[in-house]
Amino acid sequence: MGISNYVLVCGGTGCESTKSDTIYKNLMAAADKAGIGETVQIVKTGCFGLCEKGPIVKFLPDESFYVEVKPEDTDELVNEHLVKGRKVERLLYKNEKQEALHKEDDIPFYQKQKRIVLRNCGVINPEDITEYIARDGYAALEKVLFEMTPDQVVEELKTAGLRGRGGAGFPTWMKWNFTKSVPDDGGPRYVVCNADEGDPGAYMDRSTLEGDPHSIIEAMTIAGFTTGANQGFIYIRAEYPLAIDRLKIAMAQAKEYGLLGENILGSGFNFDLEIRLGAGAFVCGEETALLASIEGERGMPRPRPPFPAVKGLWQRPTVINNVETYANIPVILTKGGEWFNKIGTEKSKGTKVFALTGKINNSGLVEVPMGTTLREIIYDVGGGIPNGKAFKAVQTGGPSGGVITADYLDTPIDYDNLISLGSMMGSGGMIVMDEDDCILDVTKFYLEFSVEESCGKCSPCRIGGKKLHGILNRITKGKGKMEDLETLKKIGKAMQKASLCGLGQTTPNPVMSTMKYFADEYRAHIVDKKCPAGVCKDLVSYSIDADKCIGCTVCARKCPVNCIAGERKSPHVIDKDKCIKCGACFDACKFNAVIVG
Amino acid sequence: MAKMSLADLKALRDQKRSEMARRTSEGKIVDIIIGMGTCGIAAGAKDVLNTFVEEINSKQLEGIVIKQTGCMGLCHSEPTVEVHMAGMPDTIYGNVNSEVARKIIGDHIQGKKLVSGHVFDKPATDIK
Repeated sequence: MGISNYVLVCGGTGCESTKSDTIYKNLMAAADKAGIGETVQIVKTGCFGLCEKGPIVKFLPDESFYVEVKPEDTDELVNEHLVKGRKVERLLYKNEKQEALHKEDDIPFYQKQKRIVLRNCGVINPEDITEYIARDGYAALEKVLFEMTPDQVVEELKTAGLRGRGGAGFPTWMKWNFTKSVPDDGGPRYVVCNADEGDPGAYMDRSTLEGDPHSIIEAMTIAGFTTGANQGFIYIRAEYPLAIDRLKIAMAQAKEYGLLGENILGSGFNFDLEIRLGAGAFVCGEETALLASIEGERGMPRPRPPFPAVKGLWQRPTVINNVETYANIPVILTKGGEWFNKIGTEKSKGTKVFALTGKINNSGLVEVPMGTTLREIIYDVGGGIPNGKAFKAVQTGGPSGGVITADYLDTPIDYDNLISLGSMMGSGGMIVMDEDDCILDVTKFYLEFSVEESCGKCSPCRIGGKKLHGILNRITKGKGKMEDLETLKKIGKAMQKASLCGLGQTTPNPVMSTMKYFADEYRAHIVDKKCPAGVCKDLVSYSIDADKCIGCTVCARKCPVNCIAGERKSPHVIDKDKCIKCGACFDACKFNAVIVG
Repeated sequence: MAKMSLADLKALRDQKRSEMARRTSEGKIVDIIIGMGTCGIAAGAKDVLNTFVEEINSKQLEGIVIKQTGCMGLCHSEPTVEVHMAGMPDTIYGNVNSEVARKIIGDHIQGKKLVSGHVFDKPATDIK
């Protein structure tokens, strides 16, 4: 007799700490006791998400989803559900109306995620165009070419309320309409895809291009039809070789099938695509610098206006959008703008993809409806902070954004809320920090990145960034003064006002944000000459508590510079002059005798 | 395949869609789908792919199709492998290495038992 039922017990960190292991064992015992041990398999799984409802137990194949299960519930689950075939209503997931949901698919925002942009990632073979087609691929293009006018496409995007996913959130329909509305003078127009994803910790676009390249091809073709362009460029960094390969394969297949190139589907519309490789300069994520790079110039920003929609690539009207913006287009056109408009918040529609990284158990790509809270993303989808450490902050918007503290974890995420918190949506990087991270050290990291990536064209960015970094560096070495805080603010404001492009305008954001929310950490470094997280080496000292040290000699053996002295069974001493503050002794000590102060 | 007309595209979509649905329900084919995005490959997905191929060849198993797909978003559990097979729930396995791949063949596909300790849930249901 084979196995006919499977029971999955969530073994994620959160659930483990709330007795999932006991539940697992109890279920095994209950199944044996009921005489069905041979037909049921009970397994522990990785994190299901939805940790606030943990522990979670899921029954397959009927997909019942039980939440907040206790070890004492196991007999009832086995006897009622498996033996008698009746669901245990009181433990089923309940929606806002307290109705028990019998099927996983009935649960709204199951696991808090909704995958529109990532709908095909991890589902189809990205190198097989027929698998994309089977998932409604190119259905939007069909509809547009044979049933819609360019005006109707713009109207549909307006109904949907899609805002650009590259960071600033400009309405996509408006941007397309600007280009479409430029009077026709017989010259070319262009469609450009900004796949220059340069934020530290961000890889959403790479994943989309690797996993679902045809959605971008289809969307750009639709953009070409709508705006009157016959040529498109995908500007992608050379550091994404797999994404480039898959794009090339996808483009070749699309041409072969007549979905790209001349006379698409016999409609008479022509559209072709080219790939242009970027060398990885962060500033080329800025649209005017990107266009300059495609033209073969140095990637430096141009003053706006005129905006690229009117005078863009080679001074021609150009529509330029981010990968994630494009990935939404085919779905909006097949399902309709009304459908998309129902997802998200009042002013921010649809979903957003985040690369959740840093001090988080379940790092990875997360796509959530706009309006999901940071707490839901970090603690439910992300499974919380490893090793029980305290949450300190989350950085959104990459080096252009800011930190969000524990006080604001329940803020619904959308463009406007993040800006009001002093951060921004950015392209979707989301880096979580815990109590062991020094806020000033993290800020310095972002500044180093921005300073390195400045194109040098304008003084506020070229000089201001370096000055900010220099002051912060001085503070983290214990040589800061309270007046430095005022100086940081002045430089930051000047950069925000006077820089030519977004790179320089946003470089001070992490500084302004951390000064606002972590004034106490700045003060600790400046006045107390202490680094509370123990990160800034010049402000940290290691010593040994003689009362706790038993003289086991482990720290002395671990020390890479031999600065710990002591006999076996006698308290050890650290030579502070030789100590390089690597922390190896702290990590090695089993008796908590090493003090970091 | 020559350039398609509108009718060709619709026909291909219907055919491919029913083909994929039929395969899953009739159960003559087992699909092993390996996440082969950059993060999967960096985590060792190519070794996993090779192990599946070797194991299937050495045991002379038939009716198994190995496919690649993009990143499922479960980056903390790469490499990820999904198995579609009649009589078993669609299953996503995480933290798959060569040893786990052999267990997927031996326990899951041949023995019809889930490989404990590596089962993950899909990150979201399909939009509809």
